[in-house]
Amino acid sequence: MNQTGSDNKYNLTLGAKSQKWHEKAVLGGLTLNGLFAVVVVVAVFGFLLQKGLPALQEIGLKEFLTSSRWMPTSPNPGYGALSMIVGTLMVSVAALVVAVPWGVGTAMFLAEVAPGKIREFIKPTLEILAGIPSVVIGFIALVVVAPWVARTFGLSNGLTALTGALMLGVMALPTIVSISEDAFKAVPNEYRDAALALGATRWQTMIRVTFPAARSGIIAAIMLGFGRAVGETMTVLMATGNSLALPMQEFWGIKIPNYLASIRTLTATIAIEGLDVPWGSLHYRSLFVLGAMLFVLTFVINFVADIVLNKAQGGE
Amino acid sequence: MVKPEQLRNGKKLHISEMLGYGILLLFALSSVAVLVYFIGSIASRGLSSISWTFLTEVPRVGMTEGGIMPAIVGTIYVSLLTLAVSVPLGVGSAIYINEFSSQGLFNRIIRLSIRNIAGVPSIVFGLFGLGLFVAGMKLGQSLLAAAFTLGLMTYPVIVTTAEEALKAVPQSFRDGALALGATRWQAVRHQVLPAAIPGMATGAILGLGRAAGETAPILLTGAAYFLPRLPQGVTDQFMALPYHLFILATQHNQISVVRPLAYGTALVLLALVLLLNGAAIAIRLYYRKSKQW
Repeated sequence: MNQTGSDNKYNLTLGAKSQKWHEKAVLGGLTLNGLFAVVVVVAVFGFLLQKGLPALQEIGLKEFLTSSRWMPTSPNPGYGALSMIVGTLMVSVAALVVAVPWGVGTAMFLAEVAPGKIREFIKPTLEILAGIPSVVIGFIALVVVAPWVARTFGLSNGLTALTGALMLGVMALPTIVSISEDAFKAVPNEYRDAALALGATRWQTMIRVTFPAARSGIIAAIMLGFGRAVGETMTVLMATGNSLALPMQEFWGIKIPNYLASIRTLTATIAIEGLDVPWGSLHYRSLFVLGAMLFVLTFVINFVADIVLNKAQGGE
Repeated sequence: MVKPEQLRNGKKLHISEMLGYGILLLFALSSVAVLVYFIGSIASRGLSSISWTFLTEVPRVGMTEGGIMPAIVGTIYVSLLTLAVSVPLGVGSAIYINEFSSQGLFNRIIRLSIRNIAGVPSIVFGLFGLGLFVAGMKLGQSLLAAAFTLGLMTYPVIVTTAEEALKAVPQSFRDGALALGATRWQAVRHQVLPAAIPGMATGAILGLGRAAGETAPILLTGAAYFLPRLPQGVTDQFMALPYHLFILATQHNQISVVRPLAYGTALVLLALVLLLNGAAIAIRLYYRKSKQW
């Protein structure tokens, strides 16, 4: 009784009651808003499938994945995306060859070696590098890197897979550095102290103790860097020449990728053809198939990287 | 007593180790070199194209003369409209995730979705925007369709930075308000949010920089090849700096003639984006230093 009495005296009670409705409404709205991210992911994928699946049924997955004849506007149309898939993988893998040693080395330096001042200098540098619009990087590829590639390898045209890969490597760098650095920092200090106490040098500690302990975070960093490279559009569009020929060459009887050939990525194809294609045509819907491929690829990469990162943080 | 410092530095560095440290230093410094080289190569060749006329006039004679004013204004329009879409949605999501949702599976799914949106290729958003906003909702290629598309793209940036800002507000702010009889929403609305505003502003500026520099999504949803006037409303097409640079660099029929204009456009775009990112970094540093708690 006493409690109820004091509650009644407390004249906020009435206000709180009417507030409850208000509060509930706000909470409901916020919950819906929280769900927005899920809705977007489902909507984008659902939309790509809704437009793409009928085209996939009509054309057949086999043609998409195994033919390199992409001629959607020809009277005898072909929808083989093999060259683009090969091109996308070529530039992205080569970008990693550039960015992984560079990025993981930089991260190791920042987390384990660098004095505060150098770190304060390099970290914003990477942030600024990450902020440069991809179209500007593509322009630099066009006017600076492509002529250099042409001169160095004696080509008439420097717009090659190599040119695109070099630029993508630079673009994947900030992602790889920042996530690898977090991975190094997450290694408990006891590990380092124990190794040092056992007589290891700092270098030995770093290479044989800290680096293996940070491994899963570094793997996640590499995956996310790869995802970034696969999805990049403007840079490869401007740097790789966009030829649809399969970029392979014979080397002692084996077919190997030719990095001095022009390639065209999946992303570039959507950018080039998306504007002119008549809405609703088979060609239009086949672009959604390419979009769905990219979506699935980046989704899987992000999903697995997320699991790896979660394990890295929860483990030990 | 042996200090840890002596243990680390007491031993002579092996030559191979010195080499190792040298390589790491080289890796780290080369990113600085690349950045300087990138900015330098644009600035050194673009600076001579920048003039008052270049910044304030419309393109003339098939874009071989005149300025880039409509592209600058178009980029500002579309970026601000983008923020109008992404900031309310992003801040609301961040408030829900950080202040109200329980840390369960539901929360994890939301976070995973946000990270995945950030990972979806920009051209896929462009394609989605083309299919849904331009063709499906019949907005046509317009400022509005482009802003919706870019809004979805910049949403993860806004959520992530807004969440960081909310996390930085001490728990005592919430506890104090709740102890005084405020409801959870009142505590958030009147105590937590005001304290988080500077951090959220940083996120909004970062989002602005991101929207201003994106090309692939607006390429399919609203950027005009050539439009020597300002957009009159949100259903108009617009010129934009990144798309204009792309055209001058690769699509124009007199590429060598317009090369100086391309350099100038690249420099203006680069300066705009770097200025926005720099402002965001500066605000963050300022508030980190002057924070009262």
